[in-house]
Amino acid sequence: MRGEMSVIVRTIARITYALILVFGFYVILHGHLTPGGGFQGGAVVASGFALLPVAFGAAAAKRYLNPSLMRHLEEVGSLAFLALGFLGIGISFFYNVLANSGSLFGAAVPFGPNSGILNSAGTLPFMNWAVGLKVMTGLMTIVLVLLIGAGKEGKD
Amino acid sequence: MKKAAVFAAFVFVAAFLLFAAGRLHPFGEPSAPAMDDYFLAHSQAETGANNVVTAIVFDYRGFDTLGEATVLFAAILGVVAVFRGPREDER
Amino acid sequence: MGNFPFVVAMLLVILGLYTLLFKRNLIKLVIGASLIETGVNLFLVALGYRTAGIAPIYTYAPPALADRMVLPTPQALTLTSIVIGLATTALLLSFAVVIHRHYGTLDVREVKELKG
Repeated sequence: MRGEMSVIVRTIARITYALILVFGFYVILHGHLTPGGGFQGGAVVASGFALLPVAFGAAAAKRYLNPSLMRHLEEVGSLAFLALGFLGIGISFFYNVLANSGSLFGAAVPFGPNSGILNSAGTLPFMNWAVGLKVMTGLMTIVLVLLIGAGKEGKD
Repeated sequence: MKKAAVFAAFVFVAAFLLFAAGRLHPFGEPSAPAMDDYFLAHSQAETGANNVVTAIVFDYRGFDTLGEATVLFAAILGVVAVFRGPREDER
Repeated sequence: MGNFPFVVAMLLVILGLYTLLFKRNLIKLVIGASLIETGVNLFLVALGYRTAGIAPIYTYAPPALADRMVLPTPQALTLTSIVIGLATTALLLSFAVVIHRHYGTLDVREVKELKG
């Protein structure tokens, strides 16, 4: 796993890396309108990140992706999710205070099929971003730590 | 002898699972959909989300999702802790 | 055979149970646990299916079918279950790596004999 793969794989990885990341962020951003959400979009972004160690080798990927930074970002995502849950503690835990309030993400939605209003759903988009950050960095931490562990064993 | 007992228990559990799956409610007609019908009818008015699954995951059952995030965090912490020890010694 | 999807999900669970009980390789045990998890997920989603239902998402839903949607709660619980299954699989695989590094084998019987 230490060496890099052939030039075909590296070229395709360079092209598709950005596309996968854009698609993952789209899935997270539109989590309250279309199929998807924080978990799924985070998994898509993590698979885009995982393309780097596969195509360029673990050593090259370690220069761009820092496992300890990933772990700290994962903790930030966890805390953000918990703080968003505490926003509505005056009424109940995880109460959606921003929905239908007219502020950011507070537009009311008519009942029935519609074409999708991005500026709706209250705290749900923020929670999608918090969980998306948590899942993408968490999965990448697992991939990087397993890679480093396996590579170290091969060196012995 | 011990292997035969394990195999008998396995066959018993497998037969029980298949029997129970065959005697469930017919596929395509959920038996008690009252709660889900409430979610489908009110999620747009109460949370403003078109995606009812996201509304349930993050709003109606947000506490469930918090526990699940905790499990993911604990698993990541476990993986990092398992691979950490020998690496520090080598530096 | 109206219950065919439930039977298929239970067959997956039984396959995973067989792998867990009668295989000796740690990687195969992890595969068995993953099979059980997949079967349970399939069972949960199949429980909430309505005949000719559409996905519980109102964005651009066909208006004629909008009053017949699949139950959303089993899908939300399956989403939770998938992430937990992924986390446990990663933890089990890392344990397998450590055991192989420590004992030099993945066979559970040899690991048991080498204990100490």
